[in-house]
Amino acid sequence: MSEQQFHLDTVEHAAQTPDTELPWAELGLKKEEFERVVEILGRRPTAAELAMYSVMWSEHCSYKSSKTHLRQFGEKVSEEMTKDLMVGMGENAGVTDIGDGWAVTFKIESHNHPSYVEPYQGAATGVGGIVRDIISMGARPVAVMDPLRFGAIEHPDTQRVVHGIVAGVGGYGNCLGLPNIGGEVEFDPCYQANPLVNALAVGVLRHEDLRLANASGTGNKVVLFGARTGGDGIGGASVLASESFDDSKPSKRPAVQVGDPFAEKVLIECCLELFHASLVEGIQDLGAAGISCATSELASNGDGGMHVDLSSVLLRDPSLTPGEILMSESQERMMAVVDPAKTEDFEAVLEKWEVEYSWIGEVTDTGRLIIDWQGEVIVDVDPRTVAHDGPVYERPYHRPERQDEIQADHFTGSAADTGRPAGERLKEAVLELMASPNLCSRDWVTDQYDRYVQGNTAMAMPDDAGVIRVDEQTGLGVALSTDCNGRYAYLDPYAGAQLALAEAYRNVATSGARPVAVSDCLNFGSPEDPEVMWQFAEAVRGLADGCLEIGVPVTGGNVSLYNQTGEEAIHPTPVVALMGVLDDVRRRTPSGWDASADGQAIYLLGSTAAELDGSEWARLRGHLGGQPPAVDLAREKLLGELLINMSRDGMIDSAHDVSEGGLAATLSEMCLRFGIGARIGLGEVADRDGVDEFTMLFSESQGRAVVSVPRSEEVRFKDMCTMRDYPYARIGVVDVVSDALDLMGAARIPLPELREAHESTLPRFFG
Amino acid sequence: MSANTFETPLVADLSAPGADPALKDVRVGIVTFPGTLDDRDAARAIELAGGTAVRLWHADDDLQRVDAVVLPGGFSYGDYLRAGAISRFAPLMARIVDAAGDDGGLPVLGICNGFQILTEAHLLPGSMIRNDHLKFVCRDQRLRVENASTAWTGDFTAGQEIVVPLKNNDGQYVCDQVTLERLEAEGRVVFRYLGRNPNGSLNDIAGVTNARGNVVGLMPHPEHAVEPGFGPDSTGSGPVAKGDGTDGLGLFTSALNALVNGSSAGSATTDGGTRA
Repeated sequence: MSEQQFHLDTVEHAAQTPDTELPWAELGLKKEEFERVVEILGRRPTAAELAMYSVMWSEHCSYKSSKTHLRQFGEKVSEEMTKDLMVGMGENAGVTDIGDGWAVTFKIESHNHPSYVEPYQGAATGVGGIVRDIISMGARPVAVMDPLRFGAIEHPDTQRVVHGIVAGVGGYGNCLGLPNIGGEVEFDPCYQANPLVNALAVGVLRHEDLRLANASGTGNKVVLFGARTGGDGIGGASVLASESFDDSKPSKRPAVQVGDPFAEKVLIECCLELFHASLVEGIQDLGAAGISCATSELASNGDGGMHVDLSSVLLRDPSLTPGEILMSESQERMMAVVDPAKTEDFEAVLEKWEVEYSWIGEVTDTGRLIIDWQGEVIVDVDPRTVAHDGPVYERPYHRPERQDEIQADHFTGSAADTGRPAGERLKEAVLELMASPNLCSRDWVTDQYDRYVQGNTAMAMPDDAGVIRVDEQTGLGVALSTDCNGRYAYLDPYAGAQLALAEAYRNVATSGARPVAVSDCLNFGSPEDPEVMWQFAEAVRGLADGCLEIGVPVTGGNVSLYNQTGEEAIHPTPVVALMGVLDDVRRRTPSGWDASADGQAIYLLGSTAAELDGSEWARLRGHLGGQPPAVDLAREKLLGELLINMSRDGMIDSAHDVSEGGLAATLSEMCLRFGIGARIGLGEVADRDGVDEFTMLFSESQGRAVVSVPRSEEVRFKDMCTMRDYPYARIGVVDVVSDALDLMGAARIPLPELREAHESTLPRFFG
Repeated sequence: MSANTFETPLVADLSAPGADPALKDVRVGIVTFPGTLDDRDAARAIELAGGTAVRLWHADDDLQRVDAVVLPGGFSYGDYLRAGAISRFAPLMARIVDAAGDDGGLPVLGICNGFQILTEAHLLPGSMIRNDHLKFVCRDQRLRVENASTAWTGDFTAGQEIVVPLKNNDGQYVCDQVTLERLEAEGRVVFRYLGRNPNGSLNDIAGVTNARGNVVGLMPHPEHAVEPGFGPDSTGSGPVAKGDGTDGLGLFTSALNALVNGSSAGSATTDGGTRA
């Protein structure tokens, strides 16, 4: 693959030299994939065409292993679910109508592999990429979230990865002026050389501002604008995202892109001004596969063809070959289709914002994507064959042989050992849980993110959901939560995906919002391993079935495969991002009680069974086996309706879901939220449910939430629970004077002690 | 962005019926540089305080008859060189320096990046360097108002505690010893951090003023503590629920009241300076 060859390899030359050896294998194509390219073209591809096909047919861009399963998200839907959906899967991001002429678009994506190689830039450009997807829909980005998963907290390499990734997410998002309103932080050895950096962005638009990525209208001009094209990220999509890390390969460091958030901030304002002046017909961001992706997708989504002169592309490095220019993943670039009558106005806006641009081609009616380089044709393809007709694999999969054994290995612990503490020892247990890496305070991370910018953040970390106001005058807004428990999914990927959905649903409903849309980020190991492929297939089936049952559509998302080192895959990690709508964000429910709630009754909604398999408590005892908690989505929906109605009718002043860490974590967090204590008695409800106090505190049974209820509302509250036939129990009162989480009869945990345990862990490890 | 309006209405555009019409006549310019982030927030704060926000573009040469100016927070030009070092050369900055200088007296408030720009423009002494812990920090910050007689603090009392969000990468205030002694001796430290020093600033300095008291710069963000439900969970007098902290509003009402009521704000800017 010498430079010479790229420069000289025209379409004409390719036709004349059918026997030239091409480096298709190094570019990640399989033999039969290369042969398919030759068959499509009726000749061998030019070097530039080969670059395009290889990158667009990579796992990352073509979803070739996952596509066949992902179809379920489009098939398992009801009319009711999709009535507010303005744009579904397949576009840059899904768009949901939230009323009053407003629409919201959101999407979650992975940037896992680059973030391990170069944590700061990998994470930063992960934020940048998802934000450009949102701009491409015609929306103003209004918030970001970032579920992060790292290796073991005490592992030496975790230092490098955590510092780099957190600083990268913050460095980019803060500089863009986007509030970071939530996410997740998890530490588990399974993510050791495969950290997960998932990035979510949400944007808002008026219905009439919706933009789609297509190039229509013969004669319309194609323009590339934003940053110049450089040598960063070449092959990033096809190489980095499609291979597992393996010591035998050379370093891939140069393949990670470098971000410039200032350029992106300017690009956001510039694009919005272009949209509002109606100066673009179609627009596409440049992400994975750069110009290859943008030109082929714009052209194939439009009604004709496209003729591009690659020599017009502004370069940061003039020595780039045409193949490299086509593959470069330089950040902060956009491609637009502009009516020739509007090019002057278009240029005026770009010049105002000092954004560089070059006119690189035009829309044609030939149905072909033709790319010239210095007067010679180097690409002549049907754009659909590049963008949409990539290979689709029915990868073999089967249930792992060990799965039965894993599921039979239940958590056990007796009162005699530390596995099942009782009485006074419950205090130590709660403190141990709340100080543990996965339940301790995330302030060390979230204090590095701006949550205030734009002035519309009604809730952020550590509340259950991030809440953003969309319309300042009516208070209309959205709530978002991202969730996944990879341990549950490891034990049962079908149930695990539904449990992720259940928790996200619960979190959004707990804030008072009505769930309306899902975006997912499916992080798995190698699809070439039939056991990993089984995990993937089961998780997708579980999520699609779950979404249909709970009545919320999947509007888009992303798949990240090959998250494994050698034979060791990560836990299946299907992250679910769920969005809900609040008519007035000022009515949202916070996840803890404040001083004004003194004397309010504390109720537990739902019932508790002995479900400790896969729990945080089991993790602290080094155990992972058995069956995850039972999931009942109909119950989750009922609980959600209760929480939303109670919030709207002023029956509850605070609400927090019960999930990882069980009731012990929920009650601790509610006390710590505003530093106000509570007296709790669990004896009665434990008797009702037939479990002991330890199980009551640490079991992770689903369908539960804790709420505080003003005395004046207790009758109405109980009536509503009774009417909907949902279990409830009064378990205590908010008690300002106590300054403790007082588990009466068992343990009294002073809040200063609880706070110290909760807040000191991350600073101790990371400074 | 060319007009004086934002793409969607601000909460205050509903305009409270009881608002003082005299305040509404006060025009406060909000400057947007490339990379400015909190311009909309600053405009919202001015309008919630009762005034009229006027958008100003860095590349323009005209202050549009404003009575005061806010330089909002953000990362102008990415802060890639030194925070504020490029923005100070904007054409509009020359107008602001003229109007706010010794002969002008235009009230100017620089918040975060705006404060950095004011030091680069030599309207305020000292400079900001990287936080001593080398991380971006976003937290609700307790402050003490040390000087309640500037153009932007007249509605506070000296010694009053307030809580406003702090969020920055380069917030460590530094200056030479002579300057530091003079600032302290002349009472020109306007805000001081309380509790743990969040960034290593000298003498816990969070904000300073010029000799005349019309130009104030501070690192914390008062514009993020102006609307109940969207601010910090506490105020200078204790915790509040649901982000109801609005201690930051005082800076904006101070300037508006001083401009309307003449000398009520004390030593600074009594007549709005540049209405001409």
